[in-house]
Amino acid sequence: MNDEIRQILRGHARLSVDVDSLADDADLYEAGMTSHASVNVMLALEDHFDIEFPDQMLKRSVFESISAIAAALGELQTEAAA
Amino acid sequence: MALRVGTDLVSVDVVRESIRDHAEHYLERVYTEREVEDCRTATGIDAQRLAARFAAKEATLKVLRPREEGIPWNSIEVLRDPSGWVELALSGPAAALASQSGVTELSLSIAHEGAFASAVVVASCSSGSAAAGR
Repeated sequence: MNDEIRQILRGHARLSVDVDSLADDADLYEAGMTSHASVNVMLALEDHFDIEFPDQMLKRSVFESISAIAAALGELQTEAAA
Repeated sequence: MALRVGTDLVSVDVVRESIRDHAEHYLERVYTEREVEDCRTATGIDAQRLAARFAAKEATLKVLRPREEGIPWNSIEVLRDPSGWVELALSGPAAALASQSGVTELSLSIAHEGAFASAVVVASCSSGSAAAGR
């Protein structure tokens, strides 16, 4: 999953560094992702994984790192499978 | 009474790209129907106006100061007066956070020129809430 997230970040996050140079827990906002870019990342994740982030997940901490995004996606996919 | 100020600057080009790449998905998740209508022209959506509205939403978040609360962008709405002035309307989680934070009044100013759009939001807060940093 993390590779798919990295691919989406590459296309939509407008990072100031190469996404491959970032650790999974690196802060994406510190790496140059703006609030508006985080919207594009969210939309691309929703399209790619066929999920929708609920209102309570629309917060900075959900999109601040690859690990955080993966955890949120895992939670949503578990809920969808239940 | 205490004041909080939030400001934000948005590139019009990145908003234009979002409209191109995500179309209705972007418009529906971020803006209200009324905001989209206010930005509609005979030739399509005016990305400058939309960028100003996104800047307003971000500037508002800076005065609301969410921590772990999820705040949908479309719970912060820019209303346009027929004379051209703008004001903010909060709903749902944004309105709840404003109430919890002691925000009693919000004022908004937006501007756009060329490649950028900006917004400034000033919030009046009950002094106890502002002193607590909420």
